[in-house]
Amino acid sequence: MTVVKEEPGREDADGDGGTPDADDGYVPSRRRLDRERYKRDRARRATAVAALSTLVTAVVLYLVVVNAPGWPRTKETFFSAEYAREAFPKVLEGLWLNVRLLLICGVAVLVLGMLIAIARTLRGPVFFPLRALAAAYTDFFRGLPLIINLMIVVLGVPALRLQGVTVDPVLLGGTALTLTYSAYVAEVFRAGIESVHPSQRAAARSLGLTNRQALRHVVLPQAVRRQVPPLLNDLVSLQKDTGLVSIGGAVDAVRAADIIVGRSLNYTPYIVAGLVFVALTIPMTRFTDWVTARMDRQRAQGGTT
Amino acid sequence: MRPVLRAPRSSRRAASAAIAALLAAVAVGCAPQPEEDASGSASASASASGASCAKGELGTKTSGKLTIATDQPAYEPWFKDDDPKNGEGFESAVAYAVAKQLGYDKADVVWQSVPFNKAFAPGAKTFDFDVNQVSISDERKKAVDFSSGYYDVRQAVVALKDSPAAKATSIADLRKLHLGAQVGTTSLDYIDDVVKPTQDAAAYAKNDQAKSALKNGQIDAIVLDLPTAFYVTAAEVTDAKIVGQFENQGGTPEQFGLVLDKGSALTSCVTTAVDALRADGTLAKIEQEWLSDAVDAPVLK
Repeated sequence: MTVVKEEPGREDADGDGGTPDADDGYVPSRRRLDRERYKRDRARRATAVAALSTLVTAVVLYLVVVNAPGWPRTKETFFSAEYAREAFPKVLEGLWLNVRLLLICGVAVLVLGMLIAIARTLRGPVFFPLRALAAAYTDFFRGLPLIINLMIVVLGVPALRLQGVTVDPVLLGGTALTLTYSAYVAEVFRAGIESVHPSQRAAARSLGLTNRQALRHVVLPQAVRRQVPPLLNDLVSLQKDTGLVSIGGAVDAVRAADIIVGRSLNYTPYIVAGLVFVALTIPMTRFTDWVTARMDRQRAQGGTT
Repeated sequence: MRPVLRAPRSSRRAASAAIAALLAAVAVGCAPQPEEDASGSASASASASGASCAKGELGTKTSGKLTIATDQPAYEPWFKDDDPKNGEGFESAVAYAVAKQLGYDKADVVWQSVPFNKAFAPGAKTFDFDVNQVSISDERKKAVDFSSGYYDVRQAVVALKDSPAAKATSIADLRKLHLGAQVGTTSLDYIDDVVKPTQDAAAYAKNDQAKSALKNGQIDAIVLDLPTAFYVTAAEVTDAKIVGQFENQGGTPEQFGLVLDKGSALTSCVTTAVDALRADGTLAKIEQEWLSDAVDAPVLK
């Protein structure tokens, strides 16, 4: 693979000329064939060494764990196939709650966070109250421990007995998550917006764009690209924290595991729940990588910025 | 060309050798002390020889002391004023009675705070036994040792006085309600296995959260063990009442037992002590003193 990709450039540099096209009667020189074979050998060798060293590492780690004096009991307590089978469907059922919360809160957080970030970056004295409010909001909710925020919203708001306000722990919990996470995300957006060089805004303004158009068409597109990795971080955190709505009694993946652990005194369901979350995070990371790569490609083709 | 290519190979070799050496070092460094083996064989010999339960000379964690664990906060009526050391409250009194039976004075008892879900983790235990309203079950016996039961427990339903749930007189009436209980309790199992409600039960990390959910109208009723239910309705949620108690399911009554490490050398001695306390009426006396009002709640069928 790599040979074919690299060779043409190399050959040109060597002055051999020619393309690897069969029709033009090109026959690779003996030297080239030797070189290719040598490279293939080295590549195979490298793969073999890597595989062997990985295998040795795995075996050593395995032996260290398995030969630990407490291993039989640890295995029974944390890796019991029987409890894993029992826990899996219930954990998945609970996970559905986490996923729904993630999707709905995720969207709400992005929208609210963006609005707050824009409010904080508005210029002009008229907007001072808005800026101050947005700053106060981010300061407060970023500082307030999420668990306390959840307690106040999930357990405290229903205590007010307001007409027409829900007592559903999931809705209330989702609200609390959105409050805290939009404060984090607003700061990510703000950092992104402020990281765009002022000359970009100045150039947009000098082309006759209004402040709003400059923000929409010039500043934000550049800012968002830089925000993707930290935003993903916050999204993964949010995904794991969705489980905290179980404070209000809702049964999410972790609480579903809790229930089985409490009855059996066996920790395997926690392992199952943990793996399920990891399995959810990995595709999300790959998806974001893909989106970022695509955005970068588009930018390269567009030739702008 | 070749000599240049060879250099990395040797360095790679050096690197792999270094990794191997590192892993070996890690393996040696992590090799844990075989403490489990020691305690395991000790317990085997102790139980094989019919257990030497000589007064005050058990192989406890700290020699000459009896270390007893419970969760924090310690709730009434099982403990009083969140202080297990005062000997007041049912479980505190039972713990001291067991200690006395085993030959330990009040001064020899050391209390330890251990969260419920840590009490059964594998690995070396820091306590001799744990007293935390833990119901004995065959499934749990796979993970820990239990003494024989020191209290026959019944589950009860608590609802706000003016709610429709308070009028329930049968299990069928409970079925359409939204019920809640603390996670990791048999109360939650009662909801799932006995009541089988149409709406999934709410599971709370602590009874405190279940109580506030009840007060806020987020759930219709909570299920807890009867003595706790009496305390909750008498002192904590005073506008709530006990709707009723469940009959014991199946043949064997649900019992609280003292929790010991799996294969603990003390299990048989502690069990003997609890049995002796039951036989000489001490347990009944303690129960009368601390849980006397847990008798006349209507039975839900």
